[in-house]
Amino acid sequence: MSRKKLTRRQFVAATAATSAAMITAPYVRGAYAAGKLSMAFWDHWVPGANKASTDLCNEWAAKEKVDLTIDYITSQGNKNILTIAAEAQAKSGHDIFQMPTWWPHANAENIEPVNDVMDALIKQNGEVNGTVKYLGQAGGKWLGVPACVGSQIKGPCSRIDLMKKFANIDVQAMYPAGGPPKADNWTLDTFLKAAEACYKGGVPFGIGLGETSDCVDTAGAIFQSFGGHLVDAKGNLTVKTDEVRQALDYYKKLIAFLPPDVSAWDDASNNKWLVSGKGALIMNPPSAWAVAKRDAPQVAEQCWTHGFPSGPKGRFAPFLPFFWSLWSFSKNKEAAKSLLLHLSQPASVEKMVVASGGYDLPAFENLTKLKVWAEEGPPKGTLFHYPDPYKHQTLSIAASPAPPKIAQQIYFQATLTKMCLRYAQGEAMEKTLAWAEGECEGFMRS
Amino acid sequence: MADVAFEQSRIASAGGVRRRTSLHNALKRKSTMAFLMTLPLILLILLLVVYPAFYAVHLATLNKSMARFVGFGNFEFLFKRETFWLVVKQSCIFAISAVFFKALIGFIVAHFVHNVPAKGQRKWRGMLLVPWVIPPAMSTLAWLWLFDPSYSAFNYTLSAFGIGPIPWTGDAGWARFSVILVNIWYGAPFFMIMYLAALKSVPEQLYEAAAIDGANWWQRIWYVTLPMMRNIIAITALFSLIVTFANFDIVRILTSGGPLDHTHIFATWAFRVGIEGSDIPLGASVSLFMVPILAVAAIFILRDVTKRGNEA
Repeated sequence: MSRKKLTRRQFVAATAATSAAMITAPYVRGAYAAGKLSMAFWDHWVPGANKASTDLCNEWAAKEKVDLTIDYITSQGNKNILTIAAEAQAKSGHDIFQMPTWWPHANAENIEPVNDVMDALIKQNGEVNGTVKYLGQAGGKWLGVPACVGSQIKGPCSRIDLMKKFANIDVQAMYPAGGPPKADNWTLDTFLKAAEACYKGGVPFGIGLGETSDCVDTAGAIFQSFGGHLVDAKGNLTVKTDEVRQALDYYKKLIAFLPPDVSAWDDASNNKWLVSGKGALIMNPPSAWAVAKRDAPQVAEQCWTHGFPSGPKGRFAPFLPFFWSLWSFSKNKEAAKSLLLHLSQPASVEKMVVASGGYDLPAFENLTKLKVWAEEGPPKGTLFHYPDPYKHQTLSIAASPAPPKIAQQIYFQATLTKMCLRYAQGEAMEKTLAWAEGECEGFMRS
Repeated sequence: MADVAFEQSRIASAGGVRRRTSLHNALKRKSTMAFLMTLPLILLILLLVVYPAFYAVHLATLNKSMARFVGFGNFEFLFKRETFWLVVKQSCIFAISAVFFKALIGFIVAHFVHNVPAKGQRKWRGMLLVPWVIPPAMSTLAWLWLFDPSYSAFNYTLSAFGIGPIPWTGDAGWARFSVILVNIWYGAPFFMIMYLAALKSVPEQLYEAAAIDGANWWQRIWYVTLPMMRNIIAITALFSLIVTFANFDIVRILTSGGPLDHTHIFATWAFRVGIEGSDIPLGASVSLFMVPILAVAAIFILRDVTKRGNEA
């Protein structure tokens, strides 16, 4: 039984070595410790846009010596939200998942807070808009980093020629490329008059009233412009208010000037409406314009993306952000956070926005004036006002400010568009409101 | 010590021989072999059907955040919802009318094919099965284009005769008609092929006897064909009822449950509530509500089949 004694000299040497290692440790970032990481991106509509994300990730992985796996998961057939549900149930899957709008909140219990990443990014890239905070924060913790990939504003995309010819509105003068908007007269009243004029001219506005996202987003923005909310931020029912009644009355008038089949429209219908040349305006990100550029260039060169008309309570535009969220069951959180920081650097963001032809929108305020939006065309400058560079409108999402878990139900059950249709089809206002109140009561279950 | 060890090994070896013999005998039994051969399928069913079914039952007993057991709380909640009863009504309309017309069309077409001379019959059978062999998600996309609200090929054709435009998916009534029509188009060939097989097994002598008795065409069908086909009609209807009740793809692709929820059926509404609305327990409860309805239908139909089997 020999027992090795630690001399005082050895003890001091060991302590000094440990202290030196501890002091230098902060300079050795966890991500440099390599390991494995997997990331699920939303599979982009725009051909070639995925390549920019892949290149950025691989560049980071090579530098950090991380074994990185990337998957692109489509939202066609809701495959992305099905995968999110499956991974949340299995508590296994990717480390980072690109979640659409409501999903960070819906999975808040399984998500790792990224406050440290967000604090650094806000310091670097500027503040994020209110919708990003509403959808991305719960109880003071950030549930994800707003992803520029896939994030979009669904504002009006107007036909320059048809709006001039039938509504006597020069959308380019109202939203000049390179300059601030001169759109004080661009109100919901003007919008309604223009809708009527274009309807009479045989080129009605293409605004859907189905149950899919595009239809709900437009209804949401118009309701918010009147101050109409079904449920308030505290979770109280606010269906039977004058603001909601005003919004319904407005929609009833508007529906009379829309194509007769809008109740059956889905997210593809408005795109087809614009590309076919049958309509003077739709509410969509620039994907419809991009398709027109390929399939109907004569239509594309007459398209101008711009701001939403304002209502009595302000000018609201639908904003749908994606988030890169980190599952709490991820085994390489430090590396994941390092990758999220890398993807949100201004240079990375610019690469992704350029690859998407200007479709993707960064949520940070310092990143809304990239060159790409000024240069994209034809016509040149068509996307200049798409990212709302002058903060001319409040970016919002339908059903807000209701608590997100209630708002998600209102959104996906398309309660707003259903209310508009019921009322427009002749149901009494109070009956429609009572129906909506009953629906919202159901959405409040916990 | 060595002897004891020897004895033990002898006993063990005798036991081993007995076990081997009994295993050998068991393997020689037809039932054992049948069980072993079906074992992979049984395991697959356990894994892909039984486990998810029990998991769905478990989910249906949880609250929205899946943190608390609520027993039948989700069902109690559903019973108070207007939309849920609309979905129940629509699922019944959808399934019963689709199965009825699939059976009727299948029966009629099976007779036509049965009467086609044997030489050309194979071609007809193959062609008529086409709707059934195309994955419904794909064929429904084609129907979606035919029914497209703005560019419907049907409306284009009808406009030549001064008819329309018909809001195929925009009006509640027409939308219900459209989803049922596509389901009939997809499912009728299954009935046709089952009825054709049944028709071929009806003894020719029965028709000859009926002809001698002076039975006309209708009487031959009513008194000979239908009684001989009753069991196959019942079983086919039951299978189809189960599949049609649980349909998802046709409604999801054509209307997504709209307009105003008037085409939602159990599966599409369960998806809307459970996956899109992130309320998985409620979605599971909606889909499980099909079970008692289908169980009652199955009990009645199978009891009838068994009764007739005993009578025979």
